[in-house]
Amino acid sequence: MAHATGTGVDPHAYLARQARWGGAEIAFWLAALLPFVLFPTYLTLASQIAITALFAVSLDLILGYAGIISLGHAVYFGIGAYTAGLLAKHGWGEPLTGLVAGAAAATVIGYLTGLIVVRVRQLALLMITLGLGFLAAEAANSASWLTGGADGLQGVRVWELFGVFEFDLYGYTAYAYSLAALFLVFLLSRRLVHSPFGLSLRGIRENQARMPAIGAPSRLRLLKIYTIAAGFAGIAGALLAQTTQTVSLESLGFQRSADVAVMLILGGTGRLYGGIIGAIIFMVARDQLADMNPQYWYFWIGLLLMAVVLFLPTGVLGGLARLVPARWRTA
Amino acid sequence: MSGPALATSGLNKSFGSLVVARDIAIALPEGARYALIGPNGAGKTTLINLITGMLRPDSGRILLGPDDITGLSPDARVKRGLVRTFQINTLFPHLSALEAVTLAVCERRGVAAQWQRRLAAYRDAVDEAYGILASLRLGTDCVRPTHALAYGQQRLLEIALALATGPKVLLLDEPAAGVPRGESAELFEAIAGLPEDITVLFIEHDMNIVFRFATRIIVLVRGATLVEGTPDEIAADPLVREVYLGSARHG
Repeated sequence: MAHATGTGVDPHAYLARQARWGGAEIAFWLAALLPFVLFPTYLTLASQIAITALFAVSLDLILGYAGIISLGHAVYFGIGAYTAGLLAKHGWGEPLTGLVAGAAAATVIGYLTGLIVVRVRQLALLMITLGLGFLAAEAANSASWLTGGADGLQGVRVWELFGVFEFDLYGYTAYAYSLAALFLVFLLSRRLVHSPFGLSLRGIRENQARMPAIGAPSRLRLLKIYTIAAGFAGIAGALLAQTTQTVSLESLGFQRSADVAVMLILGGTGRLYGGIIGAIIFMVARDQLADMNPQYWYFWIGLLLMAVVLFLPTGVLGGLARLVPARWRTA
Repeated sequence: MSGPALATSGLNKSFGSLVVARDIAIALPEGARYALIGPNGAGKTTLINLITGMLRPDSGRILLGPDDITGLSPDARVKRGLVRTFQINTLFPHLSALEAVTLAVCERRGVAAQWQRRLAAYRDAVDEAYGILASLRLGTDCVRPTHALAYGQQRLLEIALALATGPKVLLLDEPAAGVPRGESAELFEAIAGLPEDITVLFIEHDMNIVFRFATRIIVLVRGATLVEGTPDEIAADPLVREVYLGSARHG
């Protein structure tokens, strides 16, 4: 086998560098703990941001890495939310098993719907995922005996975390719980995107037509990541149900699917942190702008979205990455 | 034992009333260097699409070694060693050359669906990919993204990707398309240097290249084989001169 000696290129070092933890990454996760001391009155918001960020990371796996543009990703979020919410309402409020149940239900539905989704591309893909979103929203609406319909699922009682930590009004437990879940899902996703499987997804994104010519069954790969991403979205939904102790129809509606896509594109696709940064920008902007003029805050989101795609086509994070020396980059 | 590495029999394909393949029967012995020539629209790329499964024939059979592969999907054919390159660069623009070739190596080794370990942990696959790139003189540029490579390097990367799949039969669709005349000979030197046991069929318009690198030539006209023979036989064939060489040389 040929080795790199003498050519100035070391393929092993190059690949290892891509997956290495950077200083900025470690600093980011340490900073995620700051709300506990700096903004203790905003922990409920911080918890919602962590949940939304987890949801955006799950979309990034399919949109940013595998190139599946979805307008119906909230379907899996909503299924996770209703599963955990219904369990807690009907007498099983243990949070961790509720989370697992939410993830499992979303994974199963993700697999079944994925069988259709991975067959189509481009416009048909948008329409199929949009259609799935409409189906799910109307099904939840009409099954009001189960879901509470437009009034939302009431009477969700979630037990103490580990039997000790109550979900308090200030959101200490909620933020710690959501942040821990986000971090674990992030670690899994990070490992996944830097693996051979992650590389094959990027290959599909870059040129799906070429994949059969190198012997790759790309539909199977797409189905696998679509199912995983649905499961992660289900975790995010279950977290929201447990930490807010309610589930509304909005949890699987089109608006949530659109919002998460907007966040991801704001932050930057295909770099995991893009979804997290996008969720922070979006949620903080909504919190601040909604105080000023609650009806019109999407005006500013629209403006921001257009500015980002025009001037920072790789998102806020892609724009920042260009300012950072190459050796610090992680993506 | 020494049957053909690749054979077709009675291959037919029509789009409506347009016949693009008419009863095509070819047989490539192992290790052969075949050129497929013919005027524009003769159905050369169509034949490669049929053989590799990107098009379904209306009738006929395709044999890889002793096995009938007519019903297999394109990726299953690649797994068995039937591999092609494309006339127009069909690459992965934002992957580096090393990533792209490593991906193809991982596919062949059956580890491309694994997610538990980092790519860098598959040292053998990375070494093999780098070795292929270095053998095609892409070693020093292998960490650059594909879209930043020079056009001629991208043509070589097409071949590197095909080699990474471990081909027994390699179908090269105008490997030197778009490459300046001087460099295309260089590119064919790389093809001529491929391992002896790989059977090669290439489409090429430049007759100097064809006569220099092919051991046998198949002439395709309007979807049917006109004649097959050694370069000398083809050069002397009056029919070939009339329908093909005459127009192409002065075209």
